[in-house]
Amino acid sequence: MSPPYVVELSEVTKVYGGQVPALRGVNLTIGTGELLAIVGPSGSGKSTLLNLVGTLDRPTAGTVRIDGFDVAELSDRELSALRGRTLGFIFQQFHLAPGVSALDNVADGLLYTGVPIKVRRERAAAALERVGLGHRLGHKPNQMSGGEQQRVAVARAVAGDPPLILADEPTGNLDSAAGAEVLGVLRDLHAAGNTIAIITHDMEIAEWCPRRVRVRDGLIVEDEGDGAGRPAEITKGART
Amino acid sequence: MTRRRPPAPARLSPSDVLRVGAAGLRARPTRVFLSALGIAIGIATMIAVIGISSSSRAELLRQIDRLGTNLLTVTPGQTVFGQQAKLPPEAVDMVKRIRPVRTASAVGVIDTTVRRTDRIPEAVTSGLTVQAASAELLTTLEGRVAKGTWLNAATERQPAVVLGSEAATRLGITRMGVRVWLGNRWFTVIGILTPMSLAPEIERSALVGFPVAERLLGFDGHPTTLYERSTEESVESVRAVLPRTVNPENPNEVNVSRPSDALAARAAAAGAFTNLLLGLGAVALLVGGVGVANTMVISVLERRREIGLRRSLGATRGQVRIQFLVESLLLSALGGVAGAVLGALATAGYALSRDWPPVVPPWAIGGAVAATLVVGSIAGIYPAIRAARLSPTVALSTV
Ligand SMILES: Nc1ncnc2c1ncn2[C@@H]1O[C@H](COP(=O)(O)OP(=O)(O)O)[C@@H](O)[C@H]1O
Ligand SMILES: [Mg+2]
Repeated sequence: MSPPYVVELSEVTKVYGGQVPALRGVNLTIGTGELLAIVGPSGSGKSTLLNLVGTLDRPTAGTVRIDGFDVAELSDRELSALRGRTLGFIFQQFHLAPGVSALDNVADGLLYTGVPIKVRRERAAAALERVGLGHRLGHKPNQMSGGEQQRVAVARAVAGDPPLILADEPTGNLDSAAGAEVLGVLRDLHAAGNTIAIITHDMEIAEWCPRRVRVRDGLIVEDEGDGAGRPAEITKGART
Repeated sequence: MTRRRPPAPARLSPSDVLRVGAAGLRARPTRVFLSALGIAIGIATMIAVIGISSSSRAELLRQIDRLGTNLLTVTPGQTVFGQQAKLPPEAVDMVKRIRPVRTASAVGVIDTTVRRTDRIPEAVTSGLTVQAASAELLTTLEGRVAKGTWLNAATERQPAVVLGSEAATRLGITRMGVRVWLGNRWFTVIGILTPMSLAPEIERSALVGFPVAERLLGFDGHPTTLYERSTEESVESVRAVLPRTVNPENPNEVNVSRPSDALAARAAAAGAFTNLLLGLGAVALLVGGVGVANTMVISVLERRREIGLRRSLGATRGQVRIQFLVESLLLSALGGVAGAVLGALATAGYALSRDWPPVVPPWAIGGAVAATLVVGSIAGIYPAIRAARLSPTVALSTV
């Protein structure tokens, strides 16, 4: 029986080294199947929020529940396991291993889930198929365009079918065509039932998402849309 | 509200642990080669030092085995007045009467020289000795003629000479029937012997019969060395009675020795390998270990983002730690295996060039493996701990 929300933050604050708080009492829930943008200007606390939702860091105060588990009650080992099972990360820099094929880059993403290598490769191939790179399994990162590399990273994030996919500025390193290509993949994944949170400072991308959470100075200032929105024109023509 | 059990991290299979450790090495082949080289040099030096001394020892033991340890030699000692004692002419016959003695024979040094021709000055002896030899000598020493024949009842009365292997080389003689200037007359060469490790003095001698020596060369008939072989078990008891048998009046004027003892001593000395070289190998290994540690520290610094990514993918601190530890172990094991192969090849090359049996003791290989594993884990511990301590957010935010 899965919990009602994948993410539940209540009164979460984060203070780095006794300075101005990066987050000052954030309440946020994310339900299964949503596609939302967490949007705000630089320095507003988006990455801090992602780190907390991604259980890469712990809050100074307040509670963070991921997939029903209170992060404060879990050890570092248990948090690692939770990440491996529940979350898929997409980063601005693609973080692919150079000299390693797309298939193995994706398969290695499943290394810590405990499935044998044969199964990891099968799932990796399926995930690359889902992002439209089924014909590129043996290609290495330096043989692929930026958009393709980020799609490999997307495949790595979705290969284990995690309940939540977190993308931090996924198009930040890409030109607009490649960015649209990646967003198109994310839209298709959402359409297929995946829950996706995109962190961005780009209002255009935010407008494209059914739900928008606006962050400023460590606070959520606006939360609009219902997750039922329809993909915007921005991805048109990116995928055939 | 139902409480679910907290998630537990999956264990990595041993093959996955190895795969992850090796992946880090595959990405940087040049650096891997160079840091493994340090370990390889250290291990190769140590294996070669141990291997070459073991091979040399094996060769000496093989010689002892072939020559037997049942040969004793008897030589005259000093009289109580400090003069050179003499063995009685009938000593050989008396020794043959000792029951376990199977064969006994004698040689006697003759005060003369052997030269290629009469035109070479007498002072040029080439370090060669002229000796009278009894016909049984070849049997006692288990020697063989390389060319020609040994002395027999007829030729020991004639001006015929058999040359030791070294003597033949120094005189430059390879053919039978050639004559050499011995004493003050020509002697015909009728045989050349093969080398004799147990009696190197025979190798440097020109051997003639006792009768001809007494008749033509002014030899007094007193043997200067007596050779004797008995059964292996009775060597010690024969050794005990030899002085009294040879010289009943003055048994303390007789020296008895066992030539195989000298070989055994050399074998023992060869087995105690050169500590200095071994120490050099150990220093090289240590330096190699520092190189591996250095490589690993740099690797951890460079790969912060990879570490962050792995943490985001679900790796625990322990799994990051084991990854870098295994990487370090593989790195130094690579050097260790290469070093062991190089050391073994060096041993084989050196030993075969000297006709020794190549020997690399298994304990040396085992020790090399253990040493590389110890070096690899010590070198890897600190970098691995640093990698595991890295916070995932810091690792990921590194540009
Ligand atoms: N590791 C950190 N140590 C100290 N201050 C930090 C750290 N990370 C972020 N901050 C501060 O917290 C605030 C929010 O940063 P961040 O979450 O990165 O915002 P955004 O991703 O929206 O640009 C900023 O003022 C930033 O300087
Ligand atoms: Mg940011």
